[in-house]
Amino acid sequence: MGIDRREFIRIAGLSTLLGLSGKGAFELLRPGQVEAAMEQAPGALEGKRWAMVVNMQKLDDATASKCAEACHRVHNVPDFHSPKDPKDALDPAVINRYEIKWLWAEHFHNAFPGEEQEMPEKIKTLPFLLLCNHCNNPPCVRVCPTKATFRRDDGIVMMDMHRCIGCRFCMAGCPYSARSFNWRDPRPFVKDVFPGYPTREIGVVEKCTFCAERLAQGLMPACVEASRGALVFGDLLDEKSKVRETLKKYFTIRRKTHLGTNPQVYYIV
Amino acid sequence: MLEKALVGTKRYYGLLAILAGIFALGFLFYLKQLQFGLGITGMGRDVSWGFYIAQFTYLVGVAASAVMVVLPYYLHNYKAFGRVTILGEFLAVAAVSMCVTFVLVDMGRPDRVFNVFKYPTPNSVMFWDIIVLNGYLLLNILIGWNVLECERHSVPPPKWLKPFIYLSIPWAVSIHTVTAFLYAGLPGRGYWLTAIMAPRFLSSAFAAGPALLTLLCLIVRKFTKFDPGKEQIQTLGKIVTYAILINVFFFFCEIFTVFYSQIPDHMLHFQYLFAGIGGKARLVPFMWFSIVGMIVAALLLVNPGFRQNETTLAALCGLVIVTTWLDKGLGLMTGGFVPNPLEKVTEYWPTIPEAIITLGVWAMGFLILTVLYKVAVSIKEELRA
Amino acid sequence: MADNNYKNEFGFFAERPKVEKKFYDRNKVIAGLVIFLALVTLPLWPNLGKTIPAPQRQLDTPVIQKMAEKDRQCLMPTEWMRANHMQMLVDWRDTVVRSQEQGAPSVREFVTPDGRRYLASLTNTCMDCHSNKVQFCDQCHNYAAVVPNCWGCHLETGKKLAEAK
Repeated sequence: MGIDRREFIRIAGLSTLLGLSGKGAFELLRPGQVEAAMEQAPGALEGKRWAMVVNMQKLDDATASKCAEACHRVHNVPDFHSPKDPKDALDPAVINRYEIKWLWAEHFHNAFPGEEQEMPEKIKTLPFLLLCNHCNNPPCVRVCPTKATFRRDDGIVMMDMHRCIGCRFCMAGCPYSARSFNWRDPRPFVKDVFPGYPTREIGVVEKCTFCAERLAQGLMPACVEASRGALVFGDLLDEKSKVRETLKKYFTIRRKTHLGTNPQVYYIV
Repeated sequence: MLEKALVGTKRYYGLLAILAGIFALGFLFYLKQLQFGLGITGMGRDVSWGFYIAQFTYLVGVAASAVMVVLPYYLHNYKAFGRVTILGEFLAVAAVSMCVTFVLVDMGRPDRVFNVFKYPTPNSVMFWDIIVLNGYLLLNILIGWNVLECERHSVPPPKWLKPFIYLSIPWAVSIHTVTAFLYAGLPGRGYWLTAIMAPRFLSSAFAAGPALLTLLCLIVRKFTKFDPGKEQIQTLGKIVTYAILINVFFFFCEIFTVFYSQIPDHMLHFQYLFAGIGGKARLVPFMWFSIVGMIVAALLLVNPGFRQNETTLAALCGLVIVTTWLDKGLGLMTGGFVPNPLEKVTEYWPTIPEAIITLGVWAMGFLILTVLYKVAVSIKEELRA
Repeated sequence: MADNNYKNEFGFFAERPKVEKKFYDRNKVIAGLVIFLALVTLPLWPNLGKTIPAPQRQLDTPVIQKMAEKDRQCLMPTEWMRANHMQMLVDWRDTVVRSQEQGAPSVREFVTPDGRRYLASLTNTCMDCHSNKVQFCDQCHNYAAVVPNCWGCHLETGKKLAEAK
């Protein structure tokens, strides 16, 4: 047909490139955003630096469980211990791997590893509530390649499930083991679906978001409401907030401060 | 030149068929993984990176090692390597293809991979990793293909190629440094938080890559009419020797820093790998085999008698490949994640689907390698005929 | 060897070597083309001869039926919604989740041009009225072979309707 192989491949390649870049140009140049306003909901809580104080003097096992349950319930966090269909039951080792937890309790030597010292027996078995610390200098945000996790201006380290590519770099970067990944479809393990919040799909990372969606509607985080005063939440940069008062009154410790992450969850022991 | 890959002996077709079959099997299991989720692997909340990323790390090293044949030839005019640079470059192409594939296979949402390009994040090392990896792939394809084609027509390579060749040398070092930086910058992972991570990666790479290249050269000599050359293989052997010596030295540096400073956070990971914690000691035999094997390989390779005998050289190169793979492919990931930041031990072991998908990707890489090597070797055979 | 050297100073297409025009492997090529065309049109074969009915979007949900006829208006006019609901939902998504990234306050409410305010939520606003996904949303989506990936995470029944049950 008068054309040699090299010529043919060249033309084919160029046509493909033109076709693809045509589509790409269309995507880039097409009409943009919707012409209508989005505004804040009335009564939305605003803060400059949200923080939480966990008062271990007021926290016992039962309350700690209630806080974790409240959080997991309003965010449709799957419980791999209890599937909707008994046929989906899993091996304990597998449950340990798939587990998703936004808020949970650990003993002192796990919550503050490396702090080996003599202390009252009681403290060794207290249920320290662990969650994402919403660090001021978050390593997870530093490593995310798509800014799917990002630090908001009010200090909350937010999670955008729509953008997450599931690379799990943030999970490797978090020094507090605060993040969980959806290793499989969570819906068979969400018994009571809470309609006010979505579930997640396979392949994205999730974690505590300081109930940003509740703050935007004037509500306190779910765990704080369930804690009967053991959890204090507020704006650290507001002189009159409960958090500031509590921190002025009590000495607190934080997890792994020597790493420079500047965590914003304080523990009164 | 690809027409050279379409004709060959029955053995060649047989090899392609076997590799394609393994790749197809791996692909089928990957479809299962896409449907079920990454939960079919052995990874979990505590060990969130496993076999796939470990292979990626190991293969980035192998890919970077192409620089070990390019540098002496193009920068220092070591004419003998003129025969094997193409083999090194094509090995790099195959290795980087495997790297990129392993990253894709490990992603939770591969359908969203273009988010990395839509929302570039220069502060993320992973963003740079993807750029340098793809760049290196393109560089090696460009350089390898052009040099081979010019050689086929007995003309010198075009002048515009030289800057790309010079660029590929620091670029090779950069791909592995950036990959090391993925690990070395994470504050919560004591096993990885060491300045020596990038140098260790490079030394291990420059041992494993040339070792693999040595084996490939011996295979090429045995099964084709092209002989890469005794001197070339000996030089590669010397590179492996020094690299593995430095790798062992770096390992002892790590041991000293960690155990002399007695910081629990750093010691625990080595304890888990080499002694086990609380009875959980799955990796202990592998890690000991790895380090003892590396030392044995280093000491034997230093001896010119062992190095000059090509049979023992091949065996020692095989030992180097296996031990560096155990160190980087198995020990690095698990050691970093175990114990977890709460000092709990969750062991990791790849599942069968995970292993099959991994084998499938390796088969894909070796398929690419076979095809490219067939082209290169056929052209060299043709020239020497 | 100076083979295939047909580039002169005018470029690629001058003085090409004279190749005899012959259609090599004619039968194999035509057979291959036919098979290719068959494979590439495969998705069309099952629907050959069938008439697919136009989408019938039902609006008879409890919430819509409770409203007076004149009050039954969506956030935006129907024609606008039909053309733009996809873009609107994407904008809601990006604004609600990410507004604070740009230093703006966290926004959650959508204000229509005539001043009505709604919570920007697919599940809790849109699905409140249009609680019949299969008879409403899926009608057009199935017809156009569109698979929006919202439903993997976002629920079909919002808070108000779930609590009413």
